[in-house]
Amino acid sequence: MATFQPFDVIRRSATVTTTPEPNRGVEVVKLIDTSKCIGCKACQSACLEWNDMREPVGVNVGVYDNPHDLTPTMFTLMRFTEWENPQSGNLEWLIRKDGCMHCEDPGCLKACPAPGAIVQYANGIVDFIKDNCIGCGYCVKGCPFNIPRISQVDSKAYKCTLCSDRIAVGQQPACAKACPTHCITFGTTAQMVALADKRIVDLKSRGFDKAGLYNPPGVSGTHVMYVLHHADQPQIYAGLPNNPRISPIVEMWKGVSKYAGMAVIGLTAAAGVIHHILQGANRVSEEDEDSADKLAGGKS
Amino acid sequence: MSEQGKSGAHIRVRRYSGSARINHWIVAVSFVALLLSGLSLFHPSLYWLSGLFGGGATVRWLHPWIGLVLAVAFLGLFVRFFWQNLPEFTDFVWLARIRHVLSGHDEYLPEVGKYNAGQKFVFWSQFILVGTLFVTGVGLWEAGLGYFENLLGFKATIDQLRWAALIHAGTAVLAITIWIIHVYAAIWVRGTISAMTRGSVSGGWGWRHHRKWLRKEVDKGEIERQRLTAAE
Repeated sequence: MATFQPFDVIRRSATVTTTPEPNRGVEVVKLIDTSKCIGCKACQSACLEWNDMREPVGVNVGVYDNPHDLTPTMFTLMRFTEWENPQSGNLEWLIRKDGCMHCEDPGCLKACPAPGAIVQYANGIVDFIKDNCIGCGYCVKGCPFNIPRISQVDSKAYKCTLCSDRIAVGQQPACAKACPTHCITFGTTAQMVALADKRIVDLKSRGFDKAGLYNPPGVSGTHVMYVLHHADQPQIYAGLPNNPRISPIVEMWKGVSKYAGMAVIGLTAAAGVIHHILQGANRVSEEDEDSADKLAGGKS
Repeated sequence: MSEQGKSGAHIRVRRYSGSARINHWIVAVSFVALLLSGLSLFHPSLYWLSGLFGGGATVRWLHPWIGLVLAVAFLGLFVRFFWQNLPEFTDFVWLARIRHVLSGHDEYLPEVGKYNAGQKFVFWSQFILVGTLFVTGVGLWEAGLGYFENLLGFKATIDQLRWAALIHAGTAVLAITIWIIHVYAAIWVRGTISAMTRGSVSGGWGWRHHRKWLRKEVDKGEIERQRLTAAE
């Protein structure tokens, strides 16, 4: 597993210099098979354990989700949905392990203004580099999945790292290691897609004819993928976006507005310089002063 | 009179009170600080500007607070200068002759009061832009947004915050453009800057650029003759 090029950076936030076409080598994927999840939250515990974080004791409001949302310390969260299948009339318990999807085209990285605060490695993992983070919250606006959280303690952004530090030493992510049903598996993209295909065939044979892989093309695919029994309607899984993409507003903000803005400011400044060169200063003449003196003299 | 005039002793006319000047310079200093800190996050090639403030994280928390200072101080200027910036018929004549404005032929322009149409344009556009920057800026303020949301009983959606980011950037570009025009005009039209430093301008400056205003000031007797007295 040590061949996943853990520290080869292929994309770096707020960096204008281009790098030579990188050798992507082996790309990784964490596959989450929602049909196998039993909602035990071992993944959440393992995540807190590995990252050495503690969630404060919360309040039960009558749902299984605990904590109630992703937090700056809880990078992954089981989201529980009770869904009545209109075709079979069955009540289905849909459990989705939410967390960073590690988009191939990461909106957080595009939105980030701090050089090197968000990087993408050759293996596909999108990582936040805490030392470079300035806590602006732009990643929150860039993310199509509502994942990053800003810590109230150190004003820095946090999210799932896909255990990039474990991957680097040949380990699998903590959540995958802890998962008792092999719902979470980790490997190369090819391995995981092949595994997903097998699972989808199996699910289809058992009546889930809409089973499929969630690897949204709107963000050029993700390095965390779901096997869904109802892949035709991802939104029933606690609002998993149907066709996620970087918001066009964010694209405009981070794209055309930068160039247009710099151009407008630069041209205005240049116009001033040119005008002054051609026109010279607009000076008050001695006649003007005399006229003013005369006006004042006449009145006083 | 004219003999003394030739010797360089001319009347001066008071244009801004001490408090108006202090108010203006608070706006000016905070605007430049906002411009530099804002641009550092606007484009990666300008990120080095954050070094002027002690790094990106400092820029991040400082920028909104300077923004609050500017918003309050600008409101002060707005209240002070509101009446003199209301549009009037002369402004349209002045604008129609913008060609003569740019070529420095003030003799072809109508007599204007305290502010010409260009200055009124700067005043009103900055009023709108600063207001927009304030509202969208609150939306981008990670640390302060919650307070304002509680205050107003309103929870911004993620798309509203994205719009806030885009509009904040676009509005800031326009505000900087207007600011360049404002600073350039003050430099190009010589004798203007003393209005905001000493608080007064030369009589000739008033005669050339704001004759209607000069007449009014002379009527009120608001002219300074200390130099004349010294020469006598």
